[in-house]
Amino acid sequence: MSVLVLVEPDDLSRQALTFARGLGEPVDALAVGEPVELGGVRTLHVAEIDGYAPLAWARALAEVGADTIVAAGSDHGHEVLAHAAVLTGGTFAANVTALEGDTVTRLRWGGSVVEEARIHGAPRLLTVAPHVIAAEDADGAAPEVRTFTPALADGDLAVRVAEHLDTSTGGVSLADAPVVISGGRGVGSEEGFTPLEELASLLGGVVGCSRAVTIAGWRPHTDQVGQTGTKIAPDLYIAAGISGATQHMAGCKGAKRVLAINADPDAAILASADYAVIGDLAEVVPAITAEVRRARGS
Amino acid sequence: MNLLVCVKRVPLTGGKIVLTEDERAIETRHLGFTVSPHEECGVEEAVRLVERHGGEVVVLTLGPPEAEEQLRDALALGADRGVLLATDGGDWDPEATAAALVDAIRAEPADFDLIVFGNESADNANYQVPIRIAHALGRPCISGLKALAVEEGQLRGEQEVAGGRDVYVAPLPAVVSVKEGINLPRYPSVPAKLRARRKPIERRTPEPRPARLEMLRLSVPPGRGRRAEVLGEGPAAAPAVVGVMQELGVL
Repeated sequence: MSVLVLVEPDDLSRQALTFARGLGEPVDALAVGEPVELGGVRTLHVAEIDGYAPLAWARALAEVGADTIVAAGSDHGHEVLAHAAVLTGGTFAANVTALEGDTVTRLRWGGSVVEEARIHGAPRLLTVAPHVIAAEDADGAAPEVRTFTPALADGDLAVRVAEHLDTSTGGVSLADAPVVISGGRGVGSEEGFTPLEELASLLGGVVGCSRAVTIAGWRPHTDQVGQTGTKIAPDLYIAAGISGATQHMAGCKGAKRVLAINADPDAAILASADYAVIGDLAEVVPAITAEVRRARGS
Repeated sequence: MNLLVCVKRVPLTGGKIVLTEDERAIETRHLGFTVSPHEECGVEEAVRLVERHGGEVVVLTLGPPEAEEQLRDALALGADRGVLLATDGGDWDPEATAAALVDAIRAEPADFDLIVFGNESADNANYQVPIRIAHALGRPCISGLKALAVEEGQLRGEQEVAGGRDVYVAPLPAVVSVKEGINLPRYPSVPAKLRARRKPIERRTPEPRPARLEMLRLSVPPGRGRRAEVLGEGPAAAPAVVGVMQELGVL
């Protein structure tokens, strides 16, 4: 039995590697282009492919082969393993949290529902659900590095990144912000977000929103937190005027603490928040801003 | 251009998910249904492409007979006709779903220039049906697009990635999957809804296949078992909020 993990230089890959080491089989890894620094791995295969090309990456995984092929629960991870499942004739389960024999536990509905499923056939291909297993680094000898050029088929490079457009504004992104302050339908209008912006900038955080806000056209979709928006993992998530639909909460499961500001003491979000302030967010948010300024003595 | 959009009927789950007694499905007796959000954007995107380049949009779904409602929703957004692969409502695994959709696509008179999916379904989120279909049809597949354009028989798509966008170019015919945010779907007008009721829907029965990813049971993860600690009411709660911020070290 062997386990092969696709690794990219990111934290989700380290989580996938931690999951793979927990399976109790020897673990090999595959990186593309350049080696990735990692431990607790027997062999690190480095496939010489220029840039992201999902089918070519899958071809490299299939060429190395293993009984269990694991990747991060990221856009790349899901996409490459879906291709690899076709190339190997294997069975692919996405967003897995555990593997016991031939039974996987995986997340549906953005983590609001857990599925137990039996995997028939081989190999098994698993992406690891993000932020369920904390990444741990393993000690031990550095892996043996083996560089190879995978035997690509015609068309394997037909879909590849042709160009990268840099749209970063230099500011902190929603996915990485230490504090996120989201507004929901309760904010009432586009202008209603101004006090949220003010508090966010004071805390070095960013403003997010719920799907209702995006659909109303008050904020761009890039601000949307949730199952079909951005998944965030801040130290503090402030959800103002957000009822707490499962699809929204799926986006902030990674938050350390959630503070709900809601006029309705029976809002669903109070069942999944750590703290709550009951009241009109148009009054509460500016009061918090003033109190932060006072606490900082400015 | 001939376009096909594949959609899925999913329940509107609201604030709390309850399972059926056999733990094999979500209890939907009191719920409404919708098209999975990424896919609704897929329908809008296909309709916009046809508005620009001419052609036809066909919408395809595999689901219970009631999924006709979601086909009608897509037809109200501007799709021209629908195909319903009617099941008994049970859980189809991704390989069985892909195989049934491939059969249906091959049975179509039209040769589709572009087949559009949502990046993943809102419910099962298996992340593989579009890619399996692309392989079966021998077409390229670009996933998770937030922008899409067709120029001179070429497809140009953009994915949102950390710090920017990755651009892909591929020849047609192709398969793509899109994400919510690629557009803001139109709100169908009353005349559009009335027209949708008269548009043709063809019903077929797909051949069931054994599941290789066989669902055994579902569960809802336990909540934290307690409600949020109420820090106070109205602006008077501000000092307590700042206290929490100091504790968390975010001030």
